[in-house]
Amino acid sequence: MSGVAVHLKGLRRTFGAIHALDDLDLEIAPGEFIALLGPSGCGKTTALRVLAGLEDADAGQVLVDGKDVTRLPASRRDMGMVFQAYSLFPHLDALQNVEFGLRLRGRKKAAGRAAEMLDLVGLGSFATRFPNQLSGGQQQRVALARALAIEPTVLLLDEPLSALDAKVRVQLRDEIRRIQTEVGTTTLFVTHDQEEALAVADRVGVMKAGRLEQLAPPAEVYLRPATAFVADFVGLSNRLPGVVEGDVIEVLGDRLPLVAPRAAGAATALVRPESIGVTPDPDGSGRVLTTSFLGPTSRATVTVGDLLVVAQVSGAELPALAPGTAVRLTLRPVPVATE
Amino acid sequence: MAGVIARRARKQRAFRWTVLILLGVFFLLPMAAMLEFSTRTAGTWSLLVDWPKLNETYPDLAAGIVASLEQAGLTALLMLVLLVPTAIWVRLRLPRLRPLVEFLCLLPLTIPAIVLVVGLAPVYAWVTYFLGGSSLTLVFAYTVLVLPYAYRAIDAGLSAIDVKTLAEAARGLGAGWFTVMWRVVLPNIRSAVLSAAFLTVALVLGEFTIASLLHRTNLQVAIEFLGKSSATMSVAVSLTALLLAFVLLLLLSLFGDSRKRKT
Repeated sequence: MSGVAVHLKGLRRTFGAIHALDDLDLEIAPGEFIALLGPSGCGKTTALRVLAGLEDADAGQVLVDGKDVTRLPASRRDMGMVFQAYSLFPHLDALQNVEFGLRLRGRKKAAGRAAEMLDLVGLGSFATRFPNQLSGGQQQRVALARALAIEPTVLLLDEPLSALDAKVRVQLRDEIRRIQTEVGTTTLFVTHDQEEALAVADRVGVMKAGRLEQLAPPAEVYLRPATAFVADFVGLSNRLPGVVEGDVIEVLGDRLPLVAPRAAGAATALVRPESIGVTPDPDGSGRVLTTSFLGPTSRATVTVGDLLVVAQVSGAELPALAPGTAVRLTLRPVPVATE
Repeated sequence: MAGVIARRARKQRAFRWTVLILLGVFFLLPMAAMLEFSTRTAGTWSLLVDWPKLNETYPDLAAGIVASLEQAGLTALLMLVLLVPTAIWVRLRLPRLRPLVEFLCLLPLTIPAIVLVVGLAPVYAWVTYFLGGSSLTLVFAYTVLVLPYAYRAIDAGLSAIDVKTLAEAARGLGAGWFTVMWRVVLPNIRSAVLSAAFLTVALVLGEFTIASLLHRTNLQVAIEFLGKSSATMSVAVSLTALLLAFVLLLLLSLFGDSRKRKT
């Protein structure tokens, strides 16, 4: 099984007055794992459904391995899909579910191949269980095995983890990535969970109103957000007023590099909480308002004049940051997005 | 406290039994009377289980039974062929039409059979012209008549599964629309389809008005004729038809239970 290139070219799709896809362009390299991330209604699921052939595009092209499949029905696109809702056929057991696509293709030794796929997702011993005898996580694993069994050109994952509890989500998320790396199938993963997207994808596409705002490796999306929307949507950001001078912006007395150049003058910088240091200082301009212990990290909310600034601090720093303590804020010189 | 709860439970049990006994008497007493009446003439029940003899002695009744069974089978078949794909298609592709289809399917429930016959009479003049006057042509009218019950049963079956996701999953795996319906949706609404079929059979076996007014024969028309010459036999056949309907409804509820157990 080797991956193929996918190109969504100028896709448009409207539902009444809503532009679900607005000239969407997305190129996926063979074997690549792309996560589409965005708020509800941004068009990420529509993009996946158009690629699957379950939704028609009003305009644009879907190219798979260089071939135009825009008008091809879903049943002839050879794509494996795992849905958000449990989609196993209730009248078939796990093995029969995985065999389903293979039998439609008249594949000999379908049962053997299906058993192999169940082993791959760690459910070899659950072959005779019916969907109502499997947990949510197990059902999604069988659905993944079923999607991969047909050796799809592209694997499509439509929020497959959103119905699962937190622990199973993380386990299955890692397992999906492991299996995808093993089989090398080009994969499009749609999610609204930024942690999920950042954890598994080779590149993350952040969508807004039917368009891609940024498509880049996870670290770049997080550390160098291309737009204010991306900075705001992926992770937490403080909106701090500053003044742009050349290729830096001065914020709270610190000079920070810009992600993208902009004209000199007043602007708002989007600064991550982890880029802000908080040090107790009787002469500092800030006052601690509240602190919260979050397990591996902690958070302090500091007022500076009218501004509210959220900073990430370590658990060890917390005792020195009681509410009302005077503090000095230090901004680390990492590139920031502005608006 | 425990005493109050025990007293309340005793009262509720007594109330349940009273209702059950009253209803039992209400339903069973007429049936017992029918049974008693039908045994006044010797040989009535033995004749009923001896088909060649029954056919010879009461040829009209035998013809009515055969006609009703054929009508029931064909109506169930036609109803399923028309309604199942329509209901599935509406759910999958035309969800906006669902209220309209539901309204159309429930409409026969609001129209009295006698009014239906007035409307059907001119249509049946054409049916007779093209297909002859066979009693089997009643199948068309009966298919309309059973729509409300059959639609409800099938719609309930479809509501119990996520048809859209299952169909999309199957299509993604390479299944065409026919395969989606035959191998994915239908097996998952099997008990609903059986319920619809049982209700259809029960309704057709008990239908009298349309057959009588359109001058066709069926079991109920034959019973009515028979009542004029052999009252005991007519009551015996009525009782048998009634019990058959009860058995069908019992089977229906058993299928419903097994579906609930599975989900």
